Amino acid sequence: MDNESIKSQVLEILPSATFDETGEWLNILIESKSWKTFAHQLRSPAGLNFDYLFCVTSVDWKTHFTMVYHLTSTAHRTSIVVKAKLDRENPEIETVSDIWRTAEFHEREVYDLFGVKFLHHPDLRRLFLTDDWVGYPLRKDYDDPINMIKL
Amino acid sequence: MYTTTEILEQKIQVAPTGELQDTGDLVINIGPQHPATHGVLHLVITLDGETVKKIEPHLGYIHRSIEKMCESLSYRQFIYSTSRMDYLSAHINNHACAMCVEKGLQIEVPRRAMVIRVLMDELTRIASHELWWGAMAMDLGAFTPFFHAFREREKITDIMEESCGARLTMNYIVPGGVMNDIHPDFQQKIKEFITQFKSKIYEYDEMVTGNIIFQNRTKGVGRISKEDAISYGCSGPVARASGVRSDIRKLYPYEVYNEVEFDEILETAGDSFARYMVRVREMHQSISIIEQLIDNIPEGDFQAKTKAVLKLPKGEFYTRVETARGELGVYIISEGGTTPYRIKFRSPGFSNLSALEHMAKGGKLGDLMATMGTLDLVIPDIDR
Amino acid sequence: MFSLQGITKGVHTWLYSNMSSTTALVVECAIVMLLSIGLFAILGLVLVLMERKVAAHMQIRLGPNRVGPWGLLQTTADTLKLVMKEGLTPDGADKILFNLAPFVIMIVAMLILAPIAFASGFQIWDLNIGVLFVTAVSSISVIAILMAGWASNNKYSMLGAMRSGAQIVSYELSAGLSIISIVVLTGSLQISEIIESQRNGWWLFKGHIPAVISFVIFLIAVTAETNRAPFDMAEAESELTAGFHTEYSGMKFALFFLAEYINIFIVCAIGATLFLGGWMPLHIGNWEGFNHIMDYIPSSIWFFGKTFFLIFLIMWFRWTFPRLRIDQLLNLEWKYLLPISMFNLLLMAVVAIMGWHF
Repeated sequence: MDNESIKSQVLEILPSATFDETGEWLNILIESKSWKTFAHQLRSPAGLNFDYLFCVTSVDWKTHFTMVYHLTSTAHRTSIVVKAKLDRENPEIETVSDIWRTAEFHEREVYDLFGVKFLHHPDLRRLFLTDDWVGYPLRKDYDDPINMIKL
Repeated sequence: MYTTTEILEQKIQVAPTGELQDTGDLVINIGPQHPATHGVLHLVITLDGETVKKIEPHLGYIHRSIEKMCESLSYRQFIYSTSRMDYLSAHINNHACAMCVEKGLQIEVPRRAMVIRVLMDELTRIASHELWWGAMAMDLGAFTPFFHAFREREKITDIMEESCGARLTMNYIVPGGVMNDIHPDFQQKIKEFITQFKSKIYEYDEMVTGNIIFQNRTKGVGRISKEDAISYGCSGPVARASGVRSDIRKLYPYEVYNEVEFDEILETAGDSFARYMVRVREMHQSISIIEQLIDNIPEGDFQAKTKAVLKLPKGEFYTRVETARGELGVYIISEGGTTPYRIKFRSPGFSNLSALEHMAKGGKLGDLMATMGTLDLVIPDIDR
Repeated sequence: MFSLQGITKGVHTWLYSNMSSTTALVVECAIVMLLSIGLFAILGLVLVLMERKVAAHMQIRLGPNRVGPWGLLQTTADTLKLVMKEGLTPDGADKILFNLAPFVIMIVAMLILAPIAFASGFQIWDLNIGVLFVTAVSSISVIAILMAGWASNNKYSMLGAMRSGAQIVSYELSAGLSIISIVVLTGSLQISEIIESQRNGWWLFKGHIPAVISFVIFLIAVTAETNRAPFDMAEAESELTAGFHTEYSGMKFALFFLAEYINIFIVCAIGATLFLGGWMPLHIGNWEGFNHIMDYIPSSIWFFGKTFFLIFLIMWFRWTFPRLRIDQLLNLEWKYLLPISMFNLLLMAVVAIMGWHF
């Protein structure tokens, strides 16, 4: 399955999606609100069949967050990247842990380090840091005068 | 709001309605200091007699926020901290990072360096599997295999020490090639190692693989189906034991892997024994790769000419390599500066650990150890 | 020829000729007590050292070799360290039971020592139900383990103790049945008579296949009963850290440790007595010349040789096998060993009645 056919299929599901082909893989930029339904369509075996979510992370662009989902299909071996823009003040996005089970842990990690809230997540708690930790370390404005090494 | 510790100590559970209720379950903490967790993994286990009802991993005991640290380190420096993630396949971690930087800078790596990198990767893989083999047997209560595994592993670390100057965190692979040329005895030592390995490998099968107690302990234990393995994002031997093709070396070949012949080991059972067999057979494949390359190290430079200060162009770069535990992804987002804007390591152990509860639930406490042993968890790799 | 019987007889006659019978009895008791405590201490040191050396050689290492010649004093040094450590009692523990358990387990181990014949005529008490006494008393050790596990107020200890309870109670059946199959042959429960009945050959060789089967079952069952790998469910360090003695430290821990080794010695001594003739030298039927030569080797050497051979076997198991799972362990006993040993007992009874044994 090449990028063009993926693009046409994606546009059928989600007309508002835009694409970015500068990188290695096809980047699909979507609205955070449409992510859940779009994810269901991506996963559906009849359609695009992207069944392997291998990387979930977030990027702090100082003005906004970007959730980045790396997906691949074990059937046709194509990889895509789905990016969703989030509001910086109140970052929220629907969880996909019921679609890809691995997302449960990855989303907890992102919640822990970025403070992105995953709606309807079954167990949204801090993963690495202690429960009473203040702040989200991977945000660009996070400052810890004691523990942080600055070069 | 109750903290996790309070909930654990008081054996209280928060009901979905928000009320606190005494569950009457037997909750035990496996870890953070426990002989079977091989590090500071902390599992909170709810037991019904001997049967495991619930497993809840608590991570972060060795979380160093390597990703945050890397944001303030240059592209030459950050590689050293990645040796400290999966310290058993430190070479392969360095390799992934170096490849990612090379991809951004479009550096042509000399062929000699590529062959050396692959040789080192495969040696690391064997060393890692050796250690896993011994530790796995120890989890099941057999001590002796541990020492037999270390006999062979010691040879590999000696080879590493000669060429890289270190035995565990080698930091040998740098952007553009390798740090320095191989030791003159490199090829001869590796051949000696291969001879020894081949003459001793039958002991492994006699001691562990063929043992009836071992087979009873692992067959049908910790089973995960192909669909679940994909859904849980498993990779490496864990996925391959369930029949998922996931060997990055085969699927997305890098360096000289498309020129050597080796098999991707696949099993279908998906249980602990299948995972065990995948790793043991992988050691043989690694030996075969080394044998094909050891006499074919081309002459030439061991490092490409690179600038003193590396500046990646603006953009996103992702590389994936096959470590001993599975797929390691390095995701660099560059803004054009000398340091990465954001870096993400997709560690294999993290995803594999998320499948642990699915695998071990409903089994006996002893089965949990068998399952955990075959997942081959390295905690710094999970916590980063 | 050197014999311990001469010494014991000599001491006995001397005591009774020089003192009143009551005083002599008291003095004899004191001597026996000192001897058995001394034996315990020495056995503990020797067996721990032996285990470490056996383990080391199976694991291509050398083992302790720094303290004393060939590391002989290593275990002494370790014991000194343990004596000097603080014996902690956890806050939530049941203090009386917690502190009592190590002593109960030691007392049990000491009691079983009574009917064991170390050499010809060298036995503390040759009571007429010797074998029954051993099986009965050794069951008490499970109480000590349960006591330790319960009183520790630790979940690991609790699980370990419960596992061990289920295990010891189960495996006692097989061990008992295989002991009975030898009793069927000898027709006596007295240790001295059992040994005497092997004057023309050991039961392992005389008793045909049933004896071999019961010997194998006996070995498996006692390995389980003494909580040794591959049946060390009670300790299972990769699952339960240290099982029922997780909370013990210092000398209290050492007593558990010691009791484990003493128990191994005792069960191996029983095995050697029942199946390998105890102190009886290797005799073959009526080969008078051969038997006579064998008699020149002192009986104590025969006894300790056989016992240590069996101990070596049990150590060999430990350092080569992985551990069983608790349900597999109980399956093995109830579904395989128990039916086999019951059938074997029947077979043995037929052999004994028909007089097919030698």
